[in-house]
Amino acid sequence: MSETNLASLQSAIEPYLTLGRSGLLPALHAAQKIYGWISEPVAAEIAKSLRVPLADVHGVIEFYTLFYNEPVGKKFIRVCTDQACALKDADGLLSHLCAHHGIKPGQTTPDGATTIEASPCLGLCEQAPAILYGDEAETNVNLKTGSYELGRPKSIVGGSPRLLTSNCGTGSTTSLAKYGEYIALKKARGMKREDIINEVKASGLVGRGGAAFPTGVKWEGTSKADGSPKYIVCNADESEPGTFKDRILLLDDPHRIIEGMTIAAYAIGASKGYIYIRGEYPYIVPVLENALREAREAGYLNEDFDIEIRLGAGAYICGEETALFESIEGKRGFPRVKPPFPTTFGVFGKPTDINNVETLCNIPLIISKGSAEYRKIGTEKSPGPKLFCVSGDVTKPGVYEVPFGVTLRELLDMAGGVANKKKMQAVLFGGAAGAFATSAHLDVKLTFEDLRAAGLPLGSGVVMVFDETRDMRDSFARLGHFFAHESCGKCYPCQMGTQRQMEILNRVAARKTQEGDLARLQDVGWTMTDASLCGLGQTAASAVLSAIKLWPEMFDGSGKKVVVKAKAVKRKTQNSKSKAKSVNRKAAAMKPKAKVVKKPSKKAVMKKNSSRKTASRH
Amino acid sequence: MAIEVSLTIDGQQVSVEQGTTLLKAAQQIGVDIPTICFHEATTSNALCRICVVEVEGQRLLQPSCIVKAAQDMKVQTRSERVMRARRTILEMLASTMDLSDAPAILTMMEAYGASVERFPDAERRESEIKDDNPMYIRDYSKCLLCWRCVQVCAGDAQYTFAINFNGRGFETQIGTFFDKSIPETTCVLCGQCVGVCPTGALKPKREFLLEQGMKPEEISVMNTGRKRRSKKE
Repeated sequence: MSETNLASLQSAIEPYLTLGRSGLLPALHAAQKIYGWISEPVAAEIAKSLRVPLADVHGVIEFYTLFYNEPVGKKFIRVCTDQACALKDADGLLSHLCAHHGIKPGQTTPDGATTIEASPCLGLCEQAPAILYGDEAETNVNLKTGSYELGRPKSIVGGSPRLLTSNCGTGSTTSLAKYGEYIALKKARGMKREDIINEVKASGLVGRGGAAFPTGVKWEGTSKADGSPKYIVCNADESEPGTFKDRILLLDDPHRIIEGMTIAAYAIGASKGYIYIRGEYPYIVPVLENALREAREAGYLNEDFDIEIRLGAGAYICGEETALFESIEGKRGFPRVKPPFPTTFGVFGKPTDINNVETLCNIPLIISKGSAEYRKIGTEKSPGPKLFCVSGDVTKPGVYEVPFGVTLRELLDMAGGVANKKKMQAVLFGGAAGAFATSAHLDVKLTFEDLRAAGLPLGSGVVMVFDETRDMRDSFARLGHFFAHESCGKCYPCQMGTQRQMEILNRVAARKTQEGDLARLQDVGWTMTDASLCGLGQTAASAVLSAIKLWPEMFDGSGKKVVVKAKAVKRKTQNSKSKAKSVNRKAAAMKPKAKVVKKPSKKAVMKKNSSRKTASRH
Repeated sequence: MAIEVSLTIDGQQVSVEQGTTLLKAAQQIGVDIPTICFHEATTSNALCRICVVEVEGQRLLQPSCIVKAAQDMKVQTRSERVMRARRTILEMLASTMDLSDAPAILTMMEAYGASVERFPDAERRESEIKDDNPMYIRDYSKCLLCWRCVQVCAGDAQYTFAINFNGRGFETQIGTFFDKSIPETTCVLCGQCVGVCPTGALKPKREFLLEQGMKPEEISVMNTGRKRRSKKE
C-alpha cells in the first residue's frame, strides 16, 4: 500500500483534538471528506491524535453506515428504497441507475467513479423518489421524462394557521435580518427561570419527536438536577421513515430553533448546546452554521451559552436520546439502560435536556404569546399546533401544519385526497414504529387522546397513504428490512427479532409463508415489544402487529382467506386483482429484480445522462 | 445501618437491603431467574433480556439483573409474558448460533420448552475459527454477544482495548482493529476474555487442540507459549 499523506488529515482534525474522544465522529467525517474513505493509517492517526483505542475507532467506523473502511466511489449515489419512495418506483430507479453504471447495489464502478447503494428513508418523502447524490438532494426523479431536481430540496408546506412554519416554504432560508430580533428570548431573559419552566409546563407542550413526554417536566428535571455543566441537545436526527418536518424547519427557519434552544438553555442553566443532525441531511449543515454565526454576531450566543453542530453518520438508532449522547461522546450508538434518565445523567454523564426540533420551535411561540393564549390552539388535552408529514399516494404531499383536533379526513383533504382518484387502502400512521390505519379511521381526530383510543400512535406525525392498488405485503417487507438494518444489536430481542421478523415478512411478501409463520411473527413481535432495551426494539413490531389485526389473511400460510370482518374480504379481493402486478420482493429494498423494473426508453436514459452532466457541473 | 425494603416475588414476601437487584432478591428466597449475559465480575448491561420479570405497574418487562428492589414492589418471575419472552429469545438464539459448547443454555431451553427448530430457514451467524495466536482460538459461530470479553478487555478489568465490535444489529461480531490478528493488537494474552466466555467461542488453544484429537505430548512440543510458562514452574 502506498504511503498515505497524513498532513492534510492532521490539519483537518486539529480543531477536534481538544474534544478527545467526543471529536471522533467529526474527525472521521473530516477524514472521509479528504480521502473518500477511512483507511487503516488514517484511522490509526485519528486514534493516536484523539487518544482513542484503535479497536474502538474501528468499532465506531463499523457501526455507522456512512463511514467506510474500504474504498468507495468518488460519487456516492444513495437511492432511497423505503416506503414512500417505493410507492414511486424507487426499485426501478435503483435498477436503472445500477444498469446504467453496470454495477449492482452496494458496488462501485471499476474506475472508482461511482458507488450506488440502496438507502433507508432519506427524509425527502414528499418529493419521492429521492436520491442523496453526494451531499446533495436529488428529488422527484422521473425516469420517463428524465427530469429531476438537484440541490436544495423544496419545502412544500400547507395547512393553517401557519405558526411554526410561518417562515417555511418560501424557497429560501430565513436570515436573522428577516427573522428579526429574538423577541421571545428577550422576554424570557426578563423572567425568572422557574417562571419560564412553569410557562412551558402550563402550555401543555409535549415532545414532538415521538415519545410525547411533557417538555416542561424535562426542563424542570434538568434544572433541578445536581451537576454541572448542564447541556441542551436538539435532536435533529430525524430518521423515522416518512418523517421530513424537521428537515424543513432546519432548512427554512433555523433561527426559530436556535431561539428555542437558547431560551431552554437559559431556563435550565445550560452552558452548552448540541444540534445533532442526521448524516443524511448534510446540506443542512452550512445553513445551520450560517445561522449560528449570525446568532453569535448578534450576541444571542456567547461565552455563557453556545451551540455546536454534530453530524450523525447513518444510524437511525441515534435518534434514541441515550444513543445520541453516546454518539456525541464518540462511541457506537448503543442506547443506554434507563434509569438514569437524561435529566440527571445525559451527555457526558451530566444533566441534559434533549428536545426534538419541532418541540423547540414551539418555545418562542409559547413565551411570546403566553401559555394561556397558546392553549387556545388545539384541544384541551392536546394543545398547540402540530406538523404532519403527508406522503405516499396523495395529490399534494408535504408538511401540513394544523391545530390538534382536525380529523384525518380533513388533513388528507388538505393534501388533495388520494392521488389519481383512487380509493384509500391504508395509512401508515406515526412512522415505521407506528401503526396502520384504514378508511375506518378517517374521522378520528388527530389528538393524543383520540389517537390513543383508536390505537394509533402519533409518533413523529407521519401520515403515509397507500391507495387501493398497492400491495401491502411489500410494505411489510420494507418495514422488516428497515428495522433489521437499523437495530444496533445490543439487546437480544431486537438484535435477533428484527432479523427473524424480516425473514418472515419477506416470505409474506413473496407469498411463500410457512406453517406457523403468523404465530412466529407474533411471538417475535410481542417479545421485542415487551423485552427490548430501547424504543427501537419496543416499536419494531408495532406496525406489523397492527397489520396482523387488520389483514390476518396476508400472514397466513394456508392460502385460505381468513375473514375477520366483511370489509377485510372486499379489500382482499382488490388486492388479488393487483396481484399480477405486484412484485415478489426478496430482502425488500436490497435486491430489486430486473424483471419488475419499468424500463425507461433509451431516450429517457440519454436525457437523464446529459442532464446529470449538466447538473453535476454546478 | 442499611435500609431494608420489602417486596413480593412470586407471592413470597422478602426483605432485602436497599440497592439489591431483583435478581439477587429472588436468589435470597430460592427463586431462580435465568441469566446469560450477567456475570459477577462485569458491568451488567441488561442486554440478553433472559432475566426479565414482570413488575406490577410497569408497562414493559424489567431486566432483573439491574432493576433494584423497591418497597412494596410486586414481581412475577414466571408470568405468561415472561415465559414467552424467555422462550422466544432462546429459540432465536438456537436459530442463530452454535450452542454445542453452551450446556447451560441448552438446559435452559429444555426448561422453557424452547424448540431448536422454531425458526425454519433462518440465517445463522457463521464464522471461520480464528486461530491466530498461541493462547486461544476464537470461534464466533458460537458467540452470543454477551459483551463480557469486550468489557474485561476494556474498563471492567484489563484496560487493554484490543477488541471491539464489527458491524451492527444481527451482523454484529467481536473484532479487532481492521481485523488484525491478535498478536498484532494490544492484546497481552491475559486470558480474561476466555475466562468469561459462556459459550466456548473463546477457548484455550490447548483445550481446542485436545478436542481436535491431539495428544498432550504432541501439544507440548508445539511452540504454543505453554513452554515459557513451564520454565517458571
